[in-house]
Amino acid sequence: MIIVYVDHDRGEIDPLSFQVVSAARTLDDDVQAVVVGPNAEKCADELGNFGVRTVHHGTHDRIADYTPLASARAVLDVMDRLTPRAVFAAGTPRGSEVLAHIAAIRDLPLVTECSAIELTGPDTAEVTRARWGGNLLERSKVSAQVLLATIQAHAFAATEDPGAAQIEAFDVPVTDADLVVGIVDRTGAQASGVGLAEAKVVVSGGRGMDGPEAFAMLEELADILGGAVGCSRVVTSAGWRPHAEQVGQTGTKVAPELYLAFGISGATQHIAGCKSAKTLIAVNTDAQAPIMTHADYAVVDNLHTLLPALIEKARAAKGA
Amino acid sequence: MEICVCIKRYPSLGSAIVLTEDGMAIDTDKLGFTLSPHEECAVEAAVQLKEEHGGTVTLVTLGPEGVEEQIREQFAIGADRAIWVRSETTDVDPQAAAAALGDAIEADGTAFDLILLGSESADNANAQTGVRLAHRLGRPVATAVKGMTIADGTATVERAVGTMREVYTVPLPAVVTVKDGLNIPRYPSVPGRIKARKKPIEEVAGNLADPRIELIGLTVPVRESKGAQDLGAGDEAADALVDVMKQIGVLS
Amino acid sequence: MAEELKAPTSAKCVVIGAGIVGNSIVYHLARLGWSDIVQVDKGPLPNPGGSTGHASNFIFPTDHSKEITQLTLESVRQYREMGVFTECGGIEVARTEERMQELHRRMQSAKSFEIEDTAMLTPAEVKEKVPYIDEEVILGGFWTPSVGVVDSLRAGTIMRERAQEMGALSSLPNTEVLDIEVTDGKVSAVVTDRGTIETDCVVVACGCWSPRIAAMAGAAIPLTPAVHQMKDIGPVPFFADTKGDIEWPIIRDMDTFMYERQHGTGLEIGSYAHRAILYEADEIPSNEQAALSPTEMPFTQEDFDLQDEHAMELMPDIVGDENIGEKYACNGLLSLTPDGAPILGETPEVKGLWSAAAVWIKEGPGVGKAMAEWIVEGEPEIDLHGADIARFYEHQKTREHVVARTSEGFIKTYGIIHPGEQWTANRNVRLSPYYEQQKALGAVFYEAAGWERAFWYEVNAPLVEKFGDAVMPRTAEWDSRWWSPIINAEHLQMRETAGMIDLTPFAIFDITGPSALDVVQRTAMRQMDVAIGKVIYTPVLSPRGGFKSDLTIMRLGKNHFRVVTGGAHGMADRKWFADQLPADGTAQLQDLTSSMTTLGVWGPNARAIVQSLTTADMSHEGHPFGTCRVIEMGSLRVLASRISYVGDLGWELYLPMEQGAKLWDMVWEAGQQHGLIAVGVGVYGTTGRMEKGYRAYGAELDTEYTVVEAGMAPKKVKEADFIGKEAYLKHREEDPVALMCTLSVTDHTSSSGEKRYMLGMEPILTLDGAPITDKSGRRSFVTSAGSAPSLGKHLLMAYLPPEHAVEGKELLVEYLGERYPVVVDRVGATPLFDPNNERIVS
Repeated sequence: MIIVYVDHDRGEIDPLSFQVVSAARTLDDDVQAVVVGPNAEKCADELGNFGVRTVHHGTHDRIADYTPLASARAVLDVMDRLTPRAVFAAGTPRGSEVLAHIAAIRDLPLVTECSAIELTGPDTAEVTRARWGGNLLERSKVSAQVLLATIQAHAFAATEDPGAAQIEAFDVPVTDADLVVGIVDRTGAQASGVGLAEAKVVVSGGRGMDGPEAFAMLEELADILGGAVGCSRVVTSAGWRPHAEQVGQTGTKVAPELYLAFGISGATQHIAGCKSAKTLIAVNTDAQAPIMTHADYAVVDNLHTLLPALIEKARAAKGA
Repeated sequence: MEICVCIKRYPSLGSAIVLTEDGMAIDTDKLGFTLSPHEECAVEAAVQLKEEHGGTVTLVTLGPEGVEEQIREQFAIGADRAIWVRSETTDVDPQAAAAALGDAIEADGTAFDLILLGSESADNANAQTGVRLAHRLGRPVATAVKGMTIADGTATVERAVGTMREVYTVPLPAVVTVKDGLNIPRYPSVPGRIKARKKPIEEVAGNLADPRIELIGLTVPVRESKGAQDLGAGDEAADALVDVMKQIGVLS
Repeated sequence: MAEELKAPTSAKCVVIGAGIVGNSIVYHLARLGWSDIVQVDKGPLPNPGGSTGHASNFIFPTDHSKEITQLTLESVRQYREMGVFTECGGIEVARTEERMQELHRRMQSAKSFEIEDTAMLTPAEVKEKVPYIDEEVILGGFWTPSVGVVDSLRAGTIMRERAQEMGALSSLPNTEVLDIEVTDGKVSAVVTDRGTIETDCVVVACGCWSPRIAAMAGAAIPLTPAVHQMKDIGPVPFFADTKGDIEWPIIRDMDTFMYERQHGTGLEIGSYAHRAILYEADEIPSNEQAALSPTEMPFTQEDFDLQDEHAMELMPDIVGDENIGEKYACNGLLSLTPDGAPILGETPEVKGLWSAAAVWIKEGPGVGKAMAEWIVEGEPEIDLHGADIARFYEHQKTREHVVARTSEGFIKTYGIIHPGEQWTANRNVRLSPYYEQQKALGAVFYEAAGWERAFWYEVNAPLVEKFGDAVMPRTAEWDSRWWSPIINAEHLQMRETAGMIDLTPFAIFDITGPSALDVVQRTAMRQMDVAIGKVIYTPVLSPRGGFKSDLTIMRLGKNHFRVVTGGAHGMADRKWFADQLPADGTAQLQDLTSSMTTLGVWGPNARAIVQSLTTADMSHEGHPFGTCRVIEMGSLRVLASRISYVGDLGWELYLPMEQGAKLWDMVWEAGQQHGLIAVGVGVYGTTGRMEKGYRAYGAELDTEYTVVEAGMAPKKVKEADFIGKEAYLKHREEDPVALMCTLSVTDHTSSSGEKRYMLGMEPILTLDGAPITDKSGRRSFVTSAGSAPSLGKHLLMAYLPPEHAVEGKELLVEYLGERYPVVVDRVGATPLFDPNNERIVS
């Protein structure tokens, strides 16, 4: 049996958790979920859709919102009762920290960013995990009775297996110390723009933009395509664009339908953030730039002259 | 305010990674070293806090000969002193690393109000050392933060979720792991460099536990050129791009 | 990938490298009419990742080398024409008195090589031009208004595109050279990862990768990649309003081996002060592996610690500002050579394989033009003998030699190099058979082509007292550095009795075979179809009729000639002769340099000494001047050649190397009763020949001057054809625009009352202080300077235009900031000392 800790925000499941469930189901038919906090019961239906038949719902009257250590305590409680072979979570900030707490409390190893897992014995496993944002693959042997792992985004497809999930509610055993750190507020409520991580189209600019001015054209194109604007690290380092728009290993990792890279050469750190795009189009004056080896379509041209024409034609095509 | 920042040195990579012959490590013979952006932000945050509240910034790092280079770099930014836990490699099992860092911090005896780390290492991305260190030291922890203010003995931190930010409060003393974007790290100045030369580095022997995660080998994923289709240039390219966008359904 | 590039299957020429040098070469080849040129680079365009991509791109035109200055001026001309040159002016500042003197010397070279409007500045004047400098730390500056910054990447693109527009060039970026194929000693193909290109002309213009590429063909390009550190700080508030890349003059802080230049809103600080940090070509990362570019290696701050302080001293307001950060720093790779000169020309190992390496941005387009001329026309317009790849002896191509000399030489980039300065690293490589005897006589060894040569002998020190003021003692430290009055004393003693001189460094090679006469006739200007036993001194001309060399050739048999030439230029001469050998193998070249040694014996008593050791008739009739023959001296068989480069009676004695020591001892012993002394090369190379008006290759003679100008044209021209004949005949018809003259200094006294002695390369000025330029645009400057002890004069040689080339004409020479009166003592080659050669030919 494998437990998946499900990352949700007030009942909204982070879709990466479905990939985690599917990853777990490649190893074991019996995959059970742990969800914690109010509103979490509504997660059960969705999880059932992906083959989870049991959802452990932990609550406590002092858990009003996501509380990392309390979530860890909830998973530990289920672990103690059901002795799973493994506990998985998505490699989101929450999934990662909950598993890190569990690992620290039980002094267990934790493998993160896994793209392949093989349970080789009762207390051994071999994993393939991503280093350097996926530019390097590590194969390792882990010795632990309970394998703790986070799953690399998009390494596994979320596979549907519709069915009903039974909810097992339980009280999370928490102490005051477990509740010290938790969400107290949210800021920067969703604006009308599209979030970079979820955007279906990302229109991204790099050093070749030659300054902040040309990004107005990228905004315009993103607006037409209903997408978000991204950029490379040189752009944020130069202060041309806010850091929130940075795509890459230390920025946001995106997996859109279409990634448009304007004037981006394709450093390792940038590719780590955009290689999950379904289609990648690169526009660059250098036909030999590294990004070209990742691109599906290439335009070797000056972006400053291409963009106005492209915007005009895209707008016309949309109007038609 | 006494602030501790745990830093780690990494090779600066280009667009291709070359491994050692045994496939167990990156061949760094021709490479330079740096910190990850996460850690640069952590040091910058610490220096800003020092500038605001006074106190000292102590660096702690785990690694072999050569890490002084990164320590001096951060001294030039404004860190004051460093504890260098000697190890044969920076590629240390996260459980062992957290324990060794914890030992060094305890042995040092400074009552740190705040211990900062990067949210995850640029190379191995284990994303757990900070949390393990917090448990080791019995401190509360917040992770992957992109915003932080300190007031009245409490750190108020923000974490990005989609386009929103969730806010946490953490009573000090605490451990906080930070992400790139927390601030824009400053560049070292020449006077900073000159001062950096005189700042103390205290060397301690690392006592590292055996790893629980045993490396079998590394591989560089074969990057096959997708054989990008050339869409030409100019107007012709603009037309072709519109067609592609229609075809994949992002423009209708 | 847009479209898979395929290499063409053949090309007229393959240029490897797309940095400033490769791009310049492809353009100039196309300009001279070549087409079907292929350019290959392993990196992307326009910046393939070599040294051009991170160069500081500024140009200070003045160099103490004529050749380098000419290449720089030609490059600037081309950069200006392309519109990529921004003039900003530059100041070399001095912190020490010694450096102030050096700046005066640079002023001298600027005048000798036609760099206009330079001036010496006071600290206050420097401050006026560069307000952010602390004038308290400097003593003055040398101002060059024509200093500027170029966009070398843009220039490369322009030149590449021009060649493409002419339909002459196809460029293959991201193409790795895997091998260079050689067939029968000639290059035949370049193998790349995009296919094999057949060609008989390959130019290696790959900067610091050049050794690796040349090695594929079995040729050596002895350079090493080395680090030059730089960092960029900014933004600087003072520069907030600057427009464009460069507005403020560039500062070279010479005594700290650093420079500072405004770059946009930043300040770039560069250094040549650190330890020599050398790499091997194979240690440079690939474009893919490198974090920045392959030649931008990780910065090592510990090597820059001191430089930070020096920069802060000079520009405290900017560099000392805590709010100005370091935006970029790198250990940039550039190419260093063992003697500091570029490596240009066809490799001696492989026909058709050319090197264009170790070139700075300031020389790039000039080198491109010169290389194209050399390849297409057989000879560059600018004399490049100092950069000729053929100059290296085998030991000078070794990694150890390259490392030793570049480690020593790195600091000389901004150093003060005395004209006589000697290397200290990797010495004692070539020892003459007389070495131990010379050491016992207190020889002071200088190096020539790797040989240890006695420059003078301390054992002769008592002669200084004997001759007193006739040795023309020098009191100024600079004038007497690397010099000794013993040289002049040895000279005077030799003229009185006799001297023996070690000439082992001569390069010696035999030309043999049925076509041997054809080869030497074709190569030498003078008649070579002479009687066996004749010794002919002859110019060797370039196709345009300039001096390719001057040397002596002995006819030892019908089909046997022995060429003897100076060690320094010996390897280039060997290549020149080897290049003239017929393809059918009917003549061969055999290098005897390391088999034969030569001992010179000259002076009034030379005949008595030599005669006492042989039964052969050494009388004037028995062994006339200009002849050679084998004689027995005790148990040795020696080839005795009666010529002289010092102006006295005597012989050059040639014999196998291993027997040399015995001959030395025999001559030494026999000479004792005749007052024989050991004489160093100080006499042979300078004082002896200067008195006799003998010109030296590389000083008076190079390809830019003609035989007529040098005053060395014999009455008749031989009938046989020879290289440069057509041009030579034309030169004979024309009135020369300059003539080689010997001048003497009439008053040596400086403003401080000290007597000063010029060392060479100083500008000759008219009495009103104006520089002198001939009708071909060449400045008049001192080509050689030295004592003439027998005349009691300090002589200067210089080419002067006819209006000044008048015996008795009074002119000035500028030396270290002061002017001294000189007079033209001789126009042409007639010696000042013993004009009728009675001492030699009697």
